[in-house]
Amino acid sequence: MEDINQKPAESAQVILRMTGIGKSFLGIRVLRGIDLSATAGEVHAVVGENGAGKSTLMKILAGVHQPDEGTVEIGGTTRAFAHPVEAQRAGVAIIYQEFNLLPERSVADNVFLGREPTRRGLLDRAAMDAATSRLLDELDEHSFGPRDLVKDLSVAQQQVVEIVKALSVDARIVVMDEPTAALAEHEVDLLYRLIRRLQARGIAVLYISHRLREVFDLADRVTVLKDGAHVATVAAGDVTVAELVKMMVGRELDAYFPPRAAEPAAGEVRLTLAQAGNAKLDGIDLELRAGEIVGVAGLQGSGRSSLAKAIFGAEPFTRGEMTPVRPASVREGVAAGIGLVTEDRKAEGLALNQPVRDNALLVARAIGHRSRAAVSDLLRRVQLSPPREETEVKYLSGGNQQKVVLAKWLTVAPRVLLFDEPTRGVDVGAKAAIHDLMRELADSGTAILVISSELPELIGMSDRIVVLRDGRVAGHLPAGATEEAVMALAAADEAAA
Amino acid sequence: MTGRVVALVANPTRAVYAALLATLAIGWALVAFDGGTFTLNDLVGIQQRSAALGIVAVGQTLAILAGSLDLSVAYLISLVSLVAAETMAGQSSNILTAVVVALGVSALVGLVNGVVITKLKVHAFIATLGVALVIRGVLDHLYDGPAGRVPVDFQQLGYSRIGPVPVAAILWAAVAVGVWFLLRRTRFGNRVYAVGGDVEVARLSGVRTDRVVIAAHVLCSLCAGVAGLLLASRLGAGAPTVGTDGGYDLESIAAVVLGGTALAGGRGGVAGTVGGVLLLAVLDSVFNQLEVNSFFKDVVRGVVIVVAVAVYARRTGRRAS
Repeated sequence: MEDINQKPAESAQVILRMTGIGKSFLGIRVLRGIDLSATAGEVHAVVGENGAGKSTLMKILAGVHQPDEGTVEIGGTTRAFAHPVEAQRAGVAIIYQEFNLLPERSVADNVFLGREPTRRGLLDRAAMDAATSRLLDELDEHSFGPRDLVKDLSVAQQQVVEIVKALSVDARIVVMDEPTAALAEHEVDLLYRLIRRLQARGIAVLYISHRLREVFDLADRVTVLKDGAHVATVAAGDVTVAELVKMMVGRELDAYFPPRAAEPAAGEVRLTLAQAGNAKLDGIDLELRAGEIVGVAGLQGSGRSSLAKAIFGAEPFTRGEMTPVRPASVREGVAAGIGLVTEDRKAEGLALNQPVRDNALLVARAIGHRSRAAVSDLLRRVQLSPPREETEVKYLSGGNQQKVVLAKWLTVAPRVLLFDEPTRGVDVGAKAAIHDLMRELADSGTAILVISSELPELIGMSDRIVVLRDGRVAGHLPAGATEEAVMALAAADEAAA
Repeated sequence: MTGRVVALVANPTRAVYAALLATLAIGWALVAFDGGTFTLNDLVGIQQRSAALGIVAVGQTLAILAGSLDLSVAYLISLVSLVAAETMAGQSSNILTAVVVALGVSALVGLVNGVVITKLKVHAFIATLGVALVIRGVLDHLYDGPAGRVPVDFQQLGYSRIGPVPVAAILWAAVAVGVWFLLRRTRFGNRVYAVGGDVEVARLSGVRTDRVVIAAHVLCSLCAGVAGLLLASRLGAGAPTVGTDGGYDLESIAAVVLGGTALAGGRGGVAGTVGGVLLLAVLDSVFNQLEVNSFFKDVVRGVVIVVAVAVYARRTGRRAS
């Protein structure tokens, strides 16, 4: 916390005032009573765990979603946006993690898309280029020009294009959603400078991030959300990292988790990684033993999913040791007895238009596995209800779909089973069933690695926890570690240490 | 050397023109070796033959760039040739009316294509295939063979020359330049690329994406209509099979893709398409001169198209990784 220029929020002009915002999806309340304001030249950080409601709140501001309750005031006028373009015209620019740019078009084309200037009915490219150049100059960005194609730019440069786009529409509020997730270390400094420039122009910056160091580096005020509710809005100078973390995660462990194995990590070693790495991972040391559940924690982009995919052979390790085998392809991974329950079950785990039966036999058939356990037995084991083999998977609930994915792997009795967000989008009942099944599998000798953004789940299920940060192992924690301990390792850094 | 070749192939438009020149040179040599000659007249003949396909392909470029495609052009060409020839009924005084009616029918078909794709959310492949079948049904019901008569004045379009240059080639060039200008120099053109590149990005930038797709289809069908008029003037009558015999639907798509335009849309342009059409025509010409059998000709054309797209795919693949 070096040089934070604390700005008195009262004296500055209030640009944004969101009051009592509430929103439900399909009867599930995701936001309630949220207040958020921002003043000219302020950087206001919005923090919270995954699922706290940050993204939904920003999408309401951007006109992507419409609030069920509450009002949005911009520059003193109440606005109800029916479409993102209306929000854009009112001066709200959002820079999503996934950029909204056309890779095949030039920088200037992207900046002026939908608002191209014309001269005597023809496209005025000279004006587009000149305006884009001027904005790039103002941002002190000389590494590329208006005529360069976006696909030839680095991620950091593309982010600059998004910022130029925001400036060109005269945005008064710029929302940045996890802007550093895809940036390298030195690029983060450049981003800081850009944000300072936006501040100097009197733009209010809403900064969404998990990374507390950035929050303390940049923000004037911090708003903490938890489970869709407003916890607190505080001046960044008045709060410590520990207090902030407590506000973000402090909650009771109310969920039920199956009891852990009596003697954790007693089984034989099933898999060892020594200094393993690839494009996204580096120097990973890890040991998985029969009968234990190892949790993997980390922020988005820390390499959690990459680790699972590398072990599985989908994005193989290119460096280091992996024993007994280092699979170079998925087929080799499966042959070595490794299974992966993917994060996105609809796109990567299931053939949605096929019946349950065919999905359950997908892996067994693919590798020509002979011992076909009766599908009906498997479905009973994963507690699919009702256990109908002919139903097309797309008609099942999220929980039942995940059970089919599990059945798919049980057909080949894997030695190591990797779970990437196993209970995302799954209702409470199915969640418990999946947790039970994971523990049962571990007890019967499978080595299990589980990735979850839900810290209570990760802590409740794991016999030990490995925390990743920037593609490396940031630390190990024993069973029953606190959320604060996990967050401190995952989120950072000197500030948190 | 390899570096230069790679640089050449890195831009599909340049690549297709390089391939065109190479084919011309090799063809010239082969024909000379065979004891024949490849003259300016042959080149002009190539222009003559490619004009109809060229005009259709330029229109097809618009549809494909916008992320769509049009399978109905072949039947539309037949329909337009009949509508025009019957309206003219051999009278020069009817030419203007006939052209207006023919182009009106084309625009209407394009409008239907565009509306079905954008408003009813039917994939372009199925939507335009459906429209194609509807037109075929109408043609089969109403005509058994050629009908109508085109006056001699209008036949000038198909056969006369200005100096050494066929009028048909000039028409093709005019259409190509017009569409090139539209794509490069107007808002509409910019938005065609945006919609084809990423509909969601375009929409979130305030582009009315449906209108862009519909307009692209109307223009694509208008181009097919112009090609239909050209073919009617050549035949002296309308014919219900003139479009399908020429294979203008798939061949125009092949020419566009050969010219380096991405089938998924958003990347490419008219210049490449013109090169693609010329390359196909030169191959044809050389094979004709060499009197190669037509079966082998088709094999070579097929291989050329597939190889070209594989080369472009390699290039984009490398960029992405």
